Amino acid sequence: MKKRTVNIAVTGLNAIDSPGPGVSVIRALREATSFDVKIIGLSYESLEPGIYMHDLVDRTYAIPYPSTGIEAIHSRLEYIHEKEQLDVIIPNFDAELYTFIKLEAKLRNTGIHMFLPTLHQFEERHKMNLNDFGEKYQIKVPKSKVIYDLNKVYSLQSEFSFPLLVKGKFYDASVAYNIDQVKSCFNKISAKWGVPIIIQEFIHGTEFNVTGLGDGKGNTIAAVPMRKQYITDKGKAWGGITISDEKMLEMTRRFLHETKWRGGFELELMKDKEGELYLLEINPRLPAWIYLAVGVGQNIPEALVNLALGVKVKPFESFEVGKMFIRYAWDMIVNREEFEQISVYGEL
Amino acid sequence: MKLRKNVAVSESGLLFNPVTGESYSVNPIGVEIINLLRDEKTMEQIGAVILEKYNTDQSTFEKDFHDFVGILYHHNLIETHEEANG
Repeated sequence: MKKRTVNIAVTGLNAIDSPGPGVSVIRALREATSFDVKIIGLSYESLEPGIYMHDLVDRTYAIPYPSTGIEAIHSRLEYIHEKEQLDVIIPNFDAELYTFIKLEAKLRNTGIHMFLPTLHQFEERHKMNLNDFGEKYQIKVPKSKVIYDLNKVYSLQSEFSFPLLVKGKFYDASVAYNIDQVKSCFNKISAKWGVPIIIQEFIHGTEFNVTGLGDGKGNTIAAVPMRKQYITDKGKAWGGITISDEKMLEMTRRFLHETKWRGGFELELMKDKEGELYLLEINPRLPAWIYLAVGVGQNIPEALVNLALGVKVKPFESFEVGKMFIRYAWDMIVNREEFEQISVYGEL
Repeated sequence: MKLRKNVAVSESGLLFNPVTGESYSVNPIGVEIINLLRDEKTMEQIGAVILEKYNTDQSTFEKDFHDFVGILYHHNLIETHEEANG
């Protein structure tokens, strides 16, 4: 029987030192067994490599930055929908999620489906609200404080010991060993991502991530934990290995059950010397290493698309432990005409 | 003294702890001792096997054995007394 072809638009086609998840998500979708795909790339910049990966991406459209406003994005998506008859959109950037969540109902009316957290879930898990989140759901989190003003930096000395982490509201984090370094990090990160800045207790330990999928009713559809084996200076995993840690999986199931999380996610965890697990961050989208989950038997992007389309999905029950991913960079040779096409016409 | 159930040991001497994701490399005698620990042999039983097979004496074996097991404990590869006693 011929499988249905699903037209799926995917963002996050970039691959800088903090790579977007788009290309990995597309690889997963290309390996889906329950449907065929036509992949529409949605790009913000002309140098996002996914645009030029024609064996993975069928066609790409440039879209305006979230900062241009919801209406600008909506009208661009309407145009793309008219051309491509989109069935599903998978947004992969933290910074664009608010816009897409706001647009979810409108897009659904035109036949475009997404499977995103609710606005409440999105806001509640925000790193600015991590203390309250930990308290509410009885999950250990490092002490955090939100600051909007550089002058408030001095008051930190009585509340935190050094080193501490200085984090941007969407991305970026630096370790600071004294007040001068906190000030410098504050300026650097706020110049890029704006305020507030989050100050977080530094937990010494080993970094782990869990990716997975919640069905919005409290059930765990998928969960795969990974230990970071090779970490870049941006804190990103450049190599990792799947592990079987029951405590970690239990924390994940509890998080999904308590919050009734809807959609893909990544938990950033730290395990200290005593074996205590701390939740550092909840990323409300699939991570760049999502293809590892596919490699160990859980095609999470495929399951997410099926949930978005209202197709019943059976929870994954197992995954292969001890499988690794090792990331690499690959130089593509691209004709200038292609760059011109996406830069000038916004389509390729 | 019990090796953690889920610790995987390859013939080449690569140990993998699936709970932490850590890997270690041990030499052939280390692999032998780990396999004996997995079979829940006591230090005396392991000593008998090693002394029979290799040119060493009881006190050297005991010292090296304790060092080795100390490293396994340190890396959380052996069950603690509390865990072993349920």
